[in-house]
Amino acid sequence: MKEIISIELYKVFRRPRTYIAFGAIAALIMVIQFGLKMDGQSYAGFLMKDINDTLTVDGNVLNGYLICYILLQLLLVHVPLLVALIAADMISGEANLGTLRLLFTTPYSRTQWVIGKFVAASIYTIVLLIWLAFLALFVSMWIFGTDDLFLMKSNYVVLIQEKDVLWRYVGAFVFASFSLLTVTSLGFLMSSIANNSIGPIVGTMSAIVFFTILSTLNIPLFSIIKPYLFTTHMNNWKEFFDIKVDENNEAIYGTILNIAKIKTSLIVLTLHIILFVTASVIITKRKDILS
Amino acid sequence: MAVIQVQDLSKHFGTLKAVDQLSFSVNAGEVFGFLGQNGSGKSTTIRMLLSLIHPTSGHIELFGKSMEANRNVILEEVGAIIERPDLYPYLTAREHLQLFAKLRSKQINAARINETLSKVGLLERSKDKVQTFSLGMKQRLGIAIALVHNPSLIILDEPTNGLDPQGISDIRNLIKQLAQQEGKTVLVSSHLLSEIEQMATQIMIIHKGQKIAEGPIQKLLDPNKMVVQVKTTNDAQTLQVILSGSFSNYLLQRTDGIHLRMPDDEIPLLNASLVNAGVGLISVETRNSLEDYFLQVTSNSN
Repeated sequence: MKEIISIELYKVFRRPRTYIAFGAIAALIMVIQFGLKMDGQSYAGFLMKDINDTLTVDGNVLNGYLICYILLQLLLVHVPLLVALIAADMISGEANLGTLRLLFTTPYSRTQWVIGKFVAASIYTIVLLIWLAFLALFVSMWIFGTDDLFLMKSNYVVLIQEKDVLWRYVGAFVFASFSLLTVTSLGFLMSSIANNSIGPIVGTMSAIVFFTILSTLNIPLFSIIKPYLFTTHMNNWKEFFDIKVDENNEAIYGTILNIAKIKTSLIVLTLHIILFVTASVIITKRKDILS
Repeated sequence: MAVIQVQDLSKHFGTLKAVDQLSFSVNAGEVFGFLGQNGSGKSTTIRMLLSLIHPTSGHIELFGKSMEANRNVILEEVGAIIERPDLYPYLTAREHLQLFAKLRSKQINAARINETLSKVGLLERSKDKVQTFSLGMKQRLGIAIALVHNPSLIILDEPTNGLDPQGISDIRNLIKQLAQQEGKTVLVSSHLLSEIEQMATQIMIIHKGQKIAEGPIQKLLDPNKMVVQVKTTNDAQTLQVILSGSFSNYLLQRTDGIHLRMPDDEIPLLNASLVNAGVGLISVETRNSLEDYFLQVTSNSN
């Protein structure tokens, strides 16, 4: 199995297409960081306009932690589309190229190939996420400095002490890896059905958009299925930045307000990954390789 | 010993019987020519041998082991090229061999990779990306991938596709060498019947998914029975003479002229009959090629 994974990784990182996602993330983050560096105070003022009359906030509000939070809010919606570019091409791309015949006539079962390819695609996804974390968190910390994290929620504000922030980002990125691996497995499933590259990529992107709309629509009919949709859970990394408060309404250091929600989301996402990969294995095993 | 043993193999795509109750065997050290028209079921059969397509029914044994139960063990000893040389355009020839060598349990070192590249004439271009290769070069690389792990059984589906005359000759010699000097078993399908005739020891012809001929090439191309092409000034009168005489049984159903398959000692009698009947005889050509045999058996099947 390790041979398959190393070969698949070699192929993934030798393809020019792979670096589109890395380049796109770098470009997006740098543009946003540049904009906030140049005109960040106006942006911070705009964010805090509703509370300026009642609350005085001192210190470096627009610090690296807040920049990272802003970046993640923007990017974790779009990164799945970049992940789909590779994951959805892993099997169908080879079918289209004709190389699937070469792979499937080697002394490895199709199950081994599918799992090996999925592991390789997952490693690519994790590497992409590490790249995102490096640029969004560490580069932002370097450019904007650090301080307490001040977040504006819909009807309350959260203030997290500087020393209580970093582990939350670690948790958020681990959670995001589950979200992105769900997208990877969905792309993989699409890839096992089709024999061309474009269909699965577009199909995966369409499925993400479709289910995201269902997850965000407040229509009672859809509320029944919402808890089972992976898109409902993908953005719950934000739960790491909701903190418990004591009777004086002061934040309790090192706590998470709704840890059960995070656990539930991780279970739902993991079940989706298992379901999608199992379906990919079954479909690929039963497939006649005609292309 | 039979390296390939196929029993009652069938593959149906809906109502289409692509392969229908096909049985055959290939012995060790043979070059087995697998022939058939386009759409006759050759590629489907080869894909079933390599477990790329699931048979509807039937049984495949390679090296005396059931393919279904021992697929991975069997494929360690098989090298194959299937129709087109589909490769990764962004990798070099050497990278291809290195990657596929990794997938074998045998230790394949750099010297073996060089030897294989040299065998197919690609050593000098080994560092070039495949996207710069011609179709013929890709075909050679496909063959190199099939050979790099030194398999006992080599399955080549249209290996000379896209090759120039020199390339075709090189591959023919390579296949002969693999069988005669290295004792490999080779199953080769090709449209180039003259090539198969020059390298195969056994042939099988399938038509509409069914076997219509099989045997040693020398036996099938009986030297005592020649294919005779008669060219005259009047085809209708020629046919009348043939059908009214003792030659009617020898007439072949072909659309590219009047052809008979007959004992060579009766050719002078045919010649005399035509002359006596006043037919303007242009030529009587005798041949005994695989192409003639192939056209004869496939047209008879139609």
